[in-house]
Order: sequence, then C-alpha cells, then structure tokens
Amino acid sequence: MQRIEDYTPFVGQPTVDDLRRLAERLRGKVVQHVNSTAVGGGVAEILNRMVPLLNDIGVDARWDLIKGGEQFFDVTKKFHNALQGREEEVTERDLEIFLDTSERNIREVDVHGDVMFIHDPQPIALVRRKNQNKWIWRCHIDVSNPVRKVWRFLREYMVKYDAAVFSAPGFSHKLPVRQFLIAPSIDPLSDKNRDLPPEIIDDVLTKYDIPKDKPIITQVSRFDRFKDPVGVIKAYTLVKRYIPCRLILAGGTADDDPEGLKVLEEVREHAGQDPDIHVLLLPQNDIEVNALQRASDVIVQKSLSEGFGLTVAEALWKGKAVVASNVGGIPLQITHKYSGLLCHSIEGAAFFIKQLLNSPDYALKLGQNGREHIKQNFLLTRHLRDYLLVFLSLFHRGDIVYL
Amino acid sequence: MAVVKRAKQPFRFHTRLHLSELTGLRASTPEELLELIKKVSGSSIYHHTHHFLQQHQYLSPEPPNDFAYWVSAALGEDALGEKLASIDTIQFASIRSLRNKIVETIEAYLEEHPSARRRFAAPGEEFHFIKSVSFVFPTPDAAYDLTEFARILERIGIDSIYFHLFEARLRLGRATNDFSLWIESSLGEKELAERISKLDPYTCTLESLRAKIIQMIRNRPGGQVECRG
Repeated sequence: MQRIEDYTPFVGQPTVDDLRRLAERLRGKVVQHVNSTAVGGGVAEILNRMVPLLNDIGVDARWDLIKGGEQFFDVTKKFHNALQGREEEVTERDLEIFLDTSERNIREVDVHGDVMFIHDPQPIALVRRKNQNKWIWRCHIDVSNPVRKVWRFLREYMVKYDAAVFSAPGFSHKLPVRQFLIAPSIDPLSDKNRDLPPEIIDDVLTKYDIPKDKPIITQVSRFDRFKDPVGVIKAYTLVKRYIPCRLILAGGTADDDPEGLKVLEEVREHAGQDPDIHVLLLPQNDIEVNALQRASDVIVQKSLSEGFGLTVAEALWKGKAVVASNVGGIPLQITHKYSGLLCHSIEGAAFFIKQLLNSPDYALKLGQNGREHIKQNFLLTRHLRDYLLVFLSLFHRGDIVYL
Repeated sequence: MAVVKRAKQPFRFHTRLHLSELTGLRASTPEELLELIKKVSGSSIYHHTHHFLQQHQYLSPEPPNDFAYWVSAALGEDALGEKLASIDTIQFASIRSLRNKIVETIEAYLEEHPSARRRFAAPGEEFHFIKSVSFVFPTPDAAYDLTEFARILERIGIDSIYFHLFEARLRLGRATNDFSLWIESSLGEKELAERISKLDPYTCTLESLRAKIIQMIRNRPGGQVECRG
C-alpha cells in the first residue's frame, strides 16, 4: 500500500505537508464513499488508491458498495448512456427496477459517514437517508447533453445533496446546490503508470505476438461504443495507405458494463484478418497496459463522449504524443498543438496520426509538454487535495475560508 | 561584524489552496459574455484572470486570462483577445476595478466592431463561468530577519508565494504584496520593499518570481551578511 510520503519525489514536501494540514481540520469526521463496483472502470480504480491515502494522512475514510443484479445494472447502463447523450428507451419498467433495487439498498447499506460521498447514478437514491450529515454526489460522466427524461428523473435526487462534483466545466447545469469542478487524476506509482524496464515492455509485446517492425498506434479503453474503437480502426486504415503501422486496441470490461462483450465482437469483425491489428482483452492487467502504452509511437483516444479520459493523462505522463477527441475532460488535458492534438473526426484523427509519425521531433516535444502539464495538474495528490477542500467547504461557507 | 535587522513581529508564512466552484452560467456570444462579466461574483472574475498562474508553472501556452483565450479561440476575435490579454492586471488595486476595465474593453470593441456581436461559439465551446474558493491557513514557518526570510522562501510551497504576492493584494485588498509590506514596516528596508512591489508577477512563472525575490534580498547592500546570535 502506498504512503503519502512516497509521492514527495514527484510533488515536493510542501504539497505533502499541506495535505496533512488539511486532514487535521477534518479530524473526527468519517468520510464514507459509496459506489457500485469494487473492480473495473475508472471510479473503482480511483477509490482503490484514494481511500488508503486519505486514511494515511489522518482522514477516517471508508468505502462501501451497493448491491444490484443484472437487471439493475442493465438499467443503470441505459442511464449512463442517456446521460452521455445517447437516445435510450428507458421504460417505466426500467424505472421500477431502479427504484426497487434502490429501496433495498436504502434499507441495507450501513450509512454512517459524517460526509457521504456518492459516486455516479447507481447509488444516487441513497440520499433519502440524509439527516444531519453532509452528502456529496460525484458525477464521473460527461453530462453536457443528457437525455432530458433521465436527467429529470435523476435531478430529483441531485437537488437533495449538499454539493455535486463534476469533472469538466461543460458538465455543470443550473442546480440549486453548490457544484464543484474536480478533474480525476492518475497515480504515478500505480502499476499502470510507474516506470518500467525495457525488458518488461519487450516481454509483453512478445506475449501478444506484436513485432516491433512498424510504428505502433494504440488506444487503451474499455470496449464501449462511446470510445469509438471502430472509428479508430477506420482512422488506422487511412493512415496505413501511406505509412506501414500496427494498431493495438486494448481494454477490459467492468462488472457493471454488460455491453462490453458485444462491442468487443463488433471490433473483432471490423478488424477482420488484418495481421497488423491487435485486439487485446486485458482484464485488470495494469502492467501490460503500461507496457503497451510505453511501446507505442502514438496514443489515440477517439472517444465520442468522455467523462474525463484518464487514458489521455496516462499516455501524456509517459511522454507520449496523443491524438484525442475534443470532448469531455480531454481538452483540459491537451492544449491543441502544445501538449497533444485534438481531433473532431475519423479523418482528422488519421491526419494527425500521420503528422506525428512523419515528425518524431514534434511528437517528442508534444509528449514532453504533456508530461509536465500532467505533473502540475493531474496527479493523485492534486485530486486528494481537491477532495479534502470539498469536504471542508461543507462545513465553511464563503469564497474565502480561513482555516 | 554587521548584523541584519531583526523584526519584533515575524513574517508568518501562510498558504492558500483553491477549489473551483461551477456556477452553471455559460456564454455563447460576446454580448452574453459581457453581461455575465458584469453580473458574476468577484470570485469568478478573480478565477478567470488568475487560475492560469497556478496551472502553468512550466510554460504558459495561453493568453493570461480565460476571457482573452475564449474570444480568440472560440469566437475568432483575435484583436479583442489581444486587448483583453494585454490588460495590465498589476495596475488594478481591486477586483472591482479590474472587472470595470474588462467590461470597458469589450464594450469599446463591440462599439467599434458591430459585426463582432454576431459571433457565436460552436456547441460545446461555450464559456463556462467558474469561481474560485480560497482556503487560507498558516504554515509553521516564520522569519524574523531577511536571512531567515530568504531561506524559507527557498523551500516554501509555491502556493504560499502565490498567496502573499497575488491574493493578499488583489483579493484581500491590501495596499501591496505581503512581502513588501513586512519588509518595509517591520525591517525598514524601503528600497527592497519597493523593488519587490515593482515586479510584474503576471508575466513570470511563480518559480522565477521566487528566484528573483531571493536574488533581490541577497544582492541588496549588505545582503550577504549572515545573522549572528
């Protein structure tokens, strides 16, 4: 388990000291996180890091899960899609299933935090247990253009919270509760991001039968339509007309994502028999993901919608040139032509990939700037600090707070 | 042996961390931007003219305020962007006067270029108003003389330097930055205090400001003298 001191080499002693001082101001308060899955997906990944570190600096942080069967997660997946702007048929029966499971969780989850930190829509209804304690709803999804019906349904719960947290400015709506902007983060010490010796990178390439004979383009993402893996194959095909290259599409699926395997099948169909396309299902193998990113020449994140797009931060942290869609939290991580390239289409993505493969010095400079930007703004310690400040904001009003 | 002057009241270093609060307010046209700039809280004007200082410690690729960046990048009004970027923030003693200058600049431009009123941002590229919530708290560091002061300045967090140079002056309404205030009132070093107050902190990174102030302290007449006893 990581200790806060382990981050000092990356962020400096004053930053670590400030975190401890903020934590002192929360002494005696219990912070209880609740979400729907312990593994898979960005939320579980963040909580697995964040909860032990909060405890290490002296905050009593705990983490609980709600329960939900297949039907419940099918409905919440529809909610997830609709919140990201995809038309979904959400029926009255779907809403009943959501409400029934929520009722059970409202009865069964042990709600005991002074600060309740509820992640995403699945456990949102727990706020009915609110009494004297403080409740925060943390939305990890791109809700810039939600389907109105689902937004209105969930808004009834949102307005009962003391505060809501979103990952990008465009996700905020007019709500009668305070809303904070907190971008997620990456952990420089995790298996996914730590430095790797070249032998490990080579071993992983060998394991998946990926020769180093051509430049490698990679997208690491859950197999999800919003990540547009088929669009990435189309962009690769446009690049390959001029530059020999390989494409790696690597990712896993999460417990609460029943669509994942269907999308994976579609991707395999589109890849056909091209021996230079490597479609890899990597359930929770962070070192392998790390190695594949480090082995790549260009990293792509061609999402159609994105809660934040942590894989962009991971790639930039490794000093890689990135081509990514101008959606969700991605423009917070990439300033176009300064720390990466932002695209709006398959053709645009293909053009920028070609540009980077033909200009390695330019690619290197973008990668260096990108790493520095991530170091300043998107490491776990900044995220931890923002969470502590949100907790404190619940107990102190005003725009200038003296602690 | 010369001895550096010791103050009766030490300089106590504080630090400031900030949280971005979303307002849900957004603008798509220059006129919407103007109207909201007039209406939003001072904390929002402060955020959009200062957050870049802490986000880009390495190299700033952006014009130094969000309004300037947005009118250039999203509306394509580069000339207005340049006018907003070149507002000399250090000349303004309060957020209110800074806000007035931004409003006057946009109004004058729209008067002169009526066609700019028809510009609008593409969906997804609207200007989102955010406000800055500051949390101020003391650090354990305190200096009684300039030698101690420079030593602490060498290692203190960048957020502390930011607080004493920027926030204390503009947001908390103090006459000058905290460093100059203490150096003049507690140590009587008027010339050094003035030199620090004349730095234009808006065109430097915080690390380079740190280095410049330490250099000014050490290079002043008698500045190499160590405090004994």
